[in-house]
Amino acid sequence: MTPTWVQLVYLACAVCFILALKGLSGPKTARTGNLIGAAAAVVGIILPFIYLDLRHVWLIVAGIVVGAIGGVVGARKVQMTQMPQMVALFNGVGGGAASLVALLELQERLTAGSSIHWFILAATAFTIGVGAISFSGSAITFAKLQELMTSRPVVFPGLPVLFGGGFIAAVALAVLTVTGPNMTVAIILGVLGLLVGLLLVLPVGGADVPIVISLLNAFTGLTVAAGGYVLQNTLLLVAGTLVGASGTFLTLLMARAMGRSVTNILFGALKGGSTLGAGVASDRPVRSAGPEDVAILLGYADRVIIVPGYGLAVAQAQHTLRELVDVLIARGTKVDYAIHPVAGRMPGHMNVLLAEAQVPYEQLVEMDDINGEFKHADVALVVGANDVVNPAAKTTPGAPIYGMPILNADDAQQIVFLKRSMRPGFAGIENELLFDPKTTLLFGDAKESLGKLLNAVKAL
Amino acid sequence: MSEPVVWLTIFILSVFVGTEVISKVSSTLHTPLMSGANAIHGIILLGAILVTGSSDNTAVLVVGFIAIVLAAVNMVGGFVVTDRMLQMFSRKKPKAVKKGADA
Repeated sequence: MTPTWVQLVYLACAVCFILALKGLSGPKTARTGNLIGAAAAVVGIILPFIYLDLRHVWLIVAGIVVGAIGGVVGARKVQMTQMPQMVALFNGVGGGAASLVALLELQERLTAGSSIHWFILAATAFTIGVGAISFSGSAITFAKLQELMTSRPVVFPGLPVLFGGGFIAAVALAVLTVTGPNMTVAIILGVLGLLVGLLLVLPVGGADVPIVISLLNAFTGLTVAAGGYVLQNTLLLVAGTLVGASGTFLTLLMARAMGRSVTNILFGALKGGSTLGAGVASDRPVRSAGPEDVAILLGYADRVIIVPGYGLAVAQAQHTLRELVDVLIARGTKVDYAIHPVAGRMPGHMNVLLAEAQVPYEQLVEMDDINGEFKHADVALVVGANDVVNPAAKTTPGAPIYGMPILNADDAQQIVFLKRSMRPGFAGIENELLFDPKTTLLFGDAKESLGKLLNAVKAL
Repeated sequence: MSEPVVWLTIFILSVFVGTEVISKVSSTLHTPLMSGANAIHGIILLGAILVTGSSDNTAVLVVGFIAIVLAAVNMVGGFVVTDRMLQMFSRKKPKAVKKGADA
């Protein structure tokens, strides 16, 4: 039995996790919150070394060191643009670990031979199955975002049947684990969980992938909570449940910011209603211009609103953009950045990317605050963004992004797009705004285009 | 304490705390919050330590070692990457304040 003082320390750690989440939800307290969480985690990890007569301490320490080095190197090396897939990866390994822990605990209990409460067996089955789903699902989201495979929905005939069959079989195996626990059944359950996770995420594509990461994050949280019950450990139960609940809530918030429902995100492609676009370049006529022409537009504007998108970050052009904005401001132009909630690859991702380029916080304006401003803007400069200014979200009920709130760039006097090509955005649908008579396109890599623009504006 | 109802109570109350505590988060912080929450469930490392440290079965030790490595990646990597993200927010915070003071 766990000593009382240890239980109390676990309780303190659990409270710290609550404070960590609380801190993370406010801009001023976020960093402190994260550090509180980390400190509590460290204390929680050290405890069993103190109060238990642990065997194989060196093996355990070696495992922690290997994992910690891997985690730190990954976390330090990752580029800010690749943050979503890094979170997916960390989440997946957590789910995998939880699944393995439940398998091991079952093995221990079966070897010990005493009878096991059915409630514990149910939690064990849940941890094994859902942990495996989280692991393989996260692996697929990682592959999609890292472009190791297509980021479009993958659907093949029979997928719904296979998914349904796999799911029912997994539930059946879970029931078997409860009624007559044995290791073979539990291991097959884990393998089936891997298959179900794979089939769950394959049909999800485009802009929906980051929301699935958040959902899988919540899954892992619940898995850890169930694992906590299996191990009769309150800290795991509380920490896992906190993450499960807040993760689910965050998933709903993100889905709402995109005007989509979670069921539609997961199963939309099976009905043909996901962000499944054609993804082909159009050959309709557009008006394109050189950097000098665009420089004149910008240089003599009173009010410019910049709409940054993921393309900006991919080209690593944030710094050049900031220089351009500095020059414009020095010329007396009022410049703001319009930040769409899902600009980039994840909600809030663009804020991180621009913060990295040291863009002053006051220049970043959220969608609801800036949308009324576009009609007063002389130029809306869209850099590497597409779907977040696509009027189809308002005008075309059949469009995959229909219903998503967008930035009203179309209200500006002039719209300038910096684009690599005519290829559609992440959602894979054509943007009517590109063909608008008010729109000018400047083709090329965002960083090169901005560099040329910068020189042209300086030369004015 | 092994009474399932007690555990269920803790679980249900934690669900409410979990949703309540982040209900006012701004979309600016969605990414770091997701990442931070992700790091917190890395506490499964504790579970991995507990099961591995109580067995002498070679198979259990091998699988337990894998679980420890995976969980440590989740926990340590998660907190470090979240801090890196948040560092960028707070770094220009003092600068913004300074600018205001100068003006």
